Amino acid sequence: MAIDDRNEVARQVAAMRVAAPPLRSSRRGLLAGVGAAAATAGLLHPRLALAKGGENLPPNVPEWTRMLGAGVSEKPYGNPSPFEKHVVRRNVEWLTATEQSSVSFTPLPDLEGIVTPSGLCFERHHAGVPEIDPQQHRLIIHGMVDRPLIFTMDDLVRFPSVSRILFLECPANGGMEWKGAQMNGCQFTHGMVHCCEWTGVKLSTLLAEAGVRPEAKWMLVEGADGAVMTRSIPLAKAMDDCIVCYAQNGERIRPEQGYPVRLMVPGWEGNVNVKWLRRIKLGDRPWQHREETSKYTDLMPDGKARQFTFVLDANSVVTFPCPEKPLKFGKGFYEIRGLAWSGRGRIKRVDVSLDGGDNWQSAQLQEPVLSQALTRFRLPWTWDGAPALVQSRAIDESGYVQPTIDQLRAVRGVNSIYHKNAQQTWRVNPDGTVNNVQIL
Amino acid sequence: MAQIQGWDIDVRGDDGLGLPPGKGTVKQGEEIYLSQCASCHGEFGEGNGRWPELMGGNGTLTSDDPRKTVGSYWPYAPTLFDYVRRTMPFTAPQSLSNDEVYAVTAYILHLNDLLPADAELDAAGLKAIRLPNRDGFIAEDPRPDTKSASEPCMRGCRTAPPRITSDLAERLGVTPTRTPKD
Ligand code: HEC
Repeated sequence: MAIDDRNEVARQVAAMRVAAPPLRSSRRGLLAGVGAAAATAGLLHPRLALAKGGENLPPNVPEWTRMLGAGVSEKPYGNPSPFEKHVVRRNVEWLTATEQSSVSFTPLPDLEGIVTPSGLCFERHHAGVPEIDPQQHRLIIHGMVDRPLIFTMDDLVRFPSVSRILFLECPANGGMEWKGAQMNGCQFTHGMVHCCEWTGVKLSTLLAEAGVRPEAKWMLVEGADGAVMTRSIPLAKAMDDCIVCYAQNGERIRPEQGYPVRLMVPGWEGNVNVKWLRRIKLGDRPWQHREETSKYTDLMPDGKARQFTFVLDANSVVTFPCPEKPLKFGKGFYEIRGLAWSGRGRIKRVDVSLDGGDNWQSAQLQEPVLSQALTRFRLPWTWDGAPALVQSRAIDESGYVQPTIDQLRAVRGVNSIYHKNAQQTWRVNPDGTVNNVQIL
Repeated sequence: MAQIQGWDIDVRGDDGLGLPPGKGTVKQGEEIYLSQCASCHGEFGEGNGRWPELMGGNGTLTSDDPRKTVGSYWPYAPTLFDYVRRTMPFTAPQSLSNDEVYAVTAYILHLNDLLPADAELDAAGLKAIRLPNRDGFIAEDPRPDTKSASEPCMRGCRTAPPRITSDLAERLGVTPTRTPKD
């Protein structure tokens, strides 16, 4: 983040302190302040009114303070608080014929920071989630190699390991929005992305064991699920930064994410990051399989389709405010929050507009800003209660600027399904509700 | 290695490398198709409900509603064999013999007017079939393909006030609710 931006943020926070009711450190103080502001605006939120019925509120001593809680071994594997039941992956039932070949979306509006909890990572399966016994799972490397090899899970874990925090995005993320604003929720417009710490062995290490023959230029990677998913990937990428992963956020990969082993292909479309990885075959050209011809190809207006469009261009979205997270305290201070990411490297800058792209301010980026990882941005905002058109625009280290929906449509039309990375517009209404809209 | 052979099932689309020995007729394929595929893909490959369609769509790729099928979109016929053998029928993947896969592949090609009703299909025959959209793909990725200034505008960037072109999302009623499922 540039020094200028930091000064800008400081200036705005200072301005906000003068303009908005003071934020106090105690919850009571905060609510009192906001309550007062809301009352002035005639917008006292019903939830605040309900809260006063609670006999657990101060000055009363809450019931949970007057009894013993659960012991240490009651939950050998912990879960979120029961009060967080709404923070779940959701699917769109009308979208697919069956839940086995379908998608569920990451609840982005409910998450903070950059790491996605493993159980909330969006899912995209083509034949459901297999239950694989790691003892009976193998990874085969063969084809144009000197020594075909079969690895057990123990073999894979024994190699020198690496860890990286990486985003993973389905190229169909946002695909329902090409023709117009359709899904009134950030979870559904942008939730086919997650970001985790992945641990495994570099694929180049395994390939060195097998001995890559000079004529090898591509590899076919294959899953062990009922879809026996296959994709062709250029060998240069394999040698560069692909990781054969067995761990996610510190523990073994979740079944939905490829237990016991998956491929991570940093910055490239989700589908090539094959889960439940069982086989890698080296060859001299792509295999032209179903998932790189019938699917995951981008149909252009002239009827030709782009193939092997692997890289995910820079994308971003404001996760607060958004349709699921309205401005519920009336006029006053809010922190705009969002996420940006790019398959081409680090996010250099994120600009936020409140007036549909007429004026922009650079947001603060949360450190560390990692290559090919979600990047959290924040911008303080004192809302004056007027309608606003909130947008974000990501710029990555390659200099690529996230386009508007028009710029995208001008080149690609509306039927390419994949790689829709346009700037998102949220319309903030005077009552604080937020809708998904598209603007020209 | 024998162990590798059991999993080494890939068939390359453009030249059919890896196609196994075996054969099947359109007639045999019709029987398999009607009993094991039609419940989802429709009697004529038209697709029941939201299940994928397997035929038709020729000439639609430049239309408002492109229909991408084996006949209209797929570039290579051996890919069909590869896909059906690895994962269809959906609820019982890898349950068909190679002969059965040849037969049902022949039937799907027949549904797309690419094989006559009395045809028999084997590896050589499948390699010889040229699908209509064979030249429909561009393998080089032309992105980044959107034009934008390297130093994007920060102040007074719009020439006209923003005009909302689409605001139906709120009213369409297609967005799932946030109420937790119990
Ligand atoms: C229970 C429903 C069901 C049955 C039965 C079924 N399929 Fe499928 N089929 C699917 C689904 C779902 C997909 C898409 C899977 C995906 O993309 O994840 C599909 C995809 C296909 C495709 C690819 C379509 C395209 O254009 O990409 C072909 C070809 C196919 N099936 C052939 C068959 C054949 C042959 C049979 C019978 C042997 C069969 N299917 C039986 C559900 C079914």
